[in-house]
Amino acid sequence: MRQQLTLSGNHALLARANPLSKFAAVLLITAVLALSIDWVSASVALVFELLLFPLAGLTLSLLWQRGWPLILAAAVGGWSTAILAPDSGRILLDAGIWTMSEGSLQLGIGFLLRGFAIALPAVLLMSCTDPTDLADALAQKARLPHRFVLGTLAAMRLVGLMAEEWQTIGMARRARGVGARGSLGQRVKATLGQSFGLLVQAIRRASRLAVTMEARGFGGGRRTWARVSTFSPLDLWVVAGGVLVAGLALFAAVTAGTWNMVWLGS
Amino acid sequence: MAPSQDASGTVQPAAIAARGWGWRHAGRAKPAVHGLDLDIAPGERVLLLGPSGAGKSTLLHALAGVLGDINDDGEAGDADESGSLLVDGAPPRARRGRAGLMQQDPETQVVLSRVGDDVAFGAENLAVPRDAIWPRVHEALADVGLAHLPLDHPTSALSGGQKQRLALAGILAMRPGLILLDEPTANLDPDGVLEVRDAVARSLDKTGATLVVVEHRVSVWKDLVDRIVVLQPGSAADPAVLLDGPPDRVLTEARSMLAAAGVWVPGYVPATRARAAVPAPGAGSLLLAAEQLGVSRERPRRKGFRKIPLVPVQEGVSAQVRAGQALAITGANGAGKSTFALTLAGLLEPVSGKVSATLDLSRGAGIDPYKWKAEQLISRVGTVFQEPEHQFVTGKVLDELLFGPRHLGHGEDRVEELLERLRLTQLVDANPYTLSGGEKRRLSVATVLAASPQVLILDEPTFGQDANTWAELASFLSELLDGGTAVVAVTHDAEFTEALGGAELRMAVAEAVAP
Repeated sequence: MRQQLTLSGNHALLARANPLSKFAAVLLITAVLALSIDWVSASVALVFELLLFPLAGLTLSLLWQRGWPLILAAAVGGWSTAILAPDSGRILLDAGIWTMSEGSLQLGIGFLLRGFAIALPAVLLMSCTDPTDLADALAQKARLPHRFVLGTLAAMRLVGLMAEEWQTIGMARRARGVGARGSLGQRVKATLGQSFGLLVQAIRRASRLAVTMEARGFGGGRRTWARVSTFSPLDLWVVAGGVLVAGLALFAAVTAGTWNMVWLGS
Repeated sequence: MAPSQDASGTVQPAAIAARGWGWRHAGRAKPAVHGLDLDIAPGERVLLLGPSGAGKSTLLHALAGVLGDINDDGEAGDADESGSLLVDGAPPRARRGRAGLMQQDPETQVVLSRVGDDVAFGAENLAVPRDAIWPRVHEALADVGLAHLPLDHPTSALSGGQKQRLALAGILAMRPGLILLDEPTANLDPDGVLEVRDAVARSLDKTGATLVVVEHRVSVWKDLVDRIVVLQPGSAADPAVLLDGPPDRVLTEARSMLAAAGVWVPGYVPATRARAAVPAPGAGSLLLAAEQLGVSRERPRRKGFRKIPLVPVQEGVSAQVRAGQALAITGANGAGKSTFALTLAGLLEPVSGKVSATLDLSRGAGIDPYKWKAEQLISRVGTVFQEPEHQFVTGKVLDELLFGPRHLGHGEDRVEELLERLRLTQLVDANPYTLSGGEKRRLSVATVLAASPQVLILDEPTFGQDANTWAELASFLSELLDGGTAVVAVTHDAEFTEALGGAELRMAVAEAVAP
């Protein structure tokens, strides 16, 4: 978990782009896909995204390792839509309360592709963006308050520590006779107690970290930045790429006549 | 902000002046420091000593200008300040960047996830121009002996001693005139202690900054400081400074007094109770055995559908735990000592090999301690964790002690005796989290023993403890051993191993072990 938060060793092209431009590109693509449930715009975006993956230093197996929960969620979402959505057209499958029709299948496939197409850019963004660089960009370029940005960044480092702490507290509590096994009720109770223990430790760690940061002069008015967050010509390409993929997806769907605004209904 | 450097870039050491200074933390009845009069000249190196509760940490936090907003419990509120405490003639809060503070817990001394960024953090906050920051970062890393690390090296991959040195580098990059160290080596193994001490010595020789260090272990710092100040708990009648002078004089004059106050004066090993009779190796009935044990804290993880095989941190370790016998587990950091002990204790599942309980211990619960229910475990094998707070499950000392017996349905009568024996009787109504370090340690041992386990396993029980708690613990364990309890201790502490007697299991870092 802690290793995944740093990206040392990723020298892919997109890892060198400014996090803000990557964020903007992903936002554009996601926004277009969120507007319509149709398989054309989603598949066009998906094809482009898969082509872009090598640029982020990702391979299909890495993608699966990092994004499998999202991919599974999209698959389950697509399947449920296909069998539960109102039927239209020919009935393809009839299993009692579950029916799948041409219309619902189409909707389901649209949903599945859209899920993939929205999830993948997020995985792509996180795979080639270092949290520290993102914080630099947010504070220096997007002008978010540096106290907030750096505080969040420092807290994120504690998240990995907390995962280890959770395991230790679990063992320490078992050694006191609090079983994390047994009936459902007992387990829920044990988990609540363990969460409280973790919360106490998290607050202690956080307040010690706050003292450390304050003792290093954090919280004053003006500060300088040792790392400059810069835009380069690469960032133009990144944003242009985002516009292009989003535009092509929109254009293809409208041309094919499948464009289907979510709030207008089908 | 006062300039901390003159034009040539050298550090101007800071001066400290306290006049009748006192501080009461929010929500506390008694002041942490009362009536402190103290002058520290620029460039002086001072070791602060005193029993726990003398307000040493409070003073350091005040000098660092971080006292008031947040105390150690994370509460903000109505604290009381009296008298005056000045750094270079101004309140410390107004002197941001003049002082750098290092605390005890290495994990919270690191702010950012890359080495270079972390060192630069303080300098950035002080608005040092960018062009000046990176030379400072390189210089500071070289001063603490971490120049070999690339700037993008992940801070999470550093050892405890390296993290503390990194924190020192972050402080040095601010070019402070005052360096404040609050038990900087209490959580470190012996190698880490020396690493940090030497890095501090080098950087002080170079910058000439004023140093104030709080530490129980005097021998580590004695030769580096030129003055020792002994504080005592604040009260209206006594001055806060009990003794003040050159190290040799203070340590000679006050040796017995300091030892009585629990300070680790050099060459002093507190007297502990001797075993009635040290049993011969192999005597005492076998309770627990590890055979060719491979251990890891990691649980099997998945990447997608693929299971990643575990790489044990230590393999092929065998050991026997016998009634009335002590077993000390020693070795370098990262050798997997604690992991081994936790596996032996039935808290972690073995990666390979097995842990088996004999019939004398299992009493019908089955051979594998990891499979025991929590209630079955605590009356057979008790484990005391390194951090006492991890094991607190109630809000009151008495409830904490009664927790095990209540779960088991017997043994409540033993609680009274434990309270008495471990000097916790006065504290029965206190919240465990508010106790001092020594009290927390005594409580965590008492709570585990309240369930009357036949095997007691302790993970670094003496880390950061003063000499009094240390001696009490060693004596208490020798009583338990005489009473037939088996004691297993993971420890870096050679004197403690000696005091326990018994066998030693020395573990090497895995690469050095034949597969």
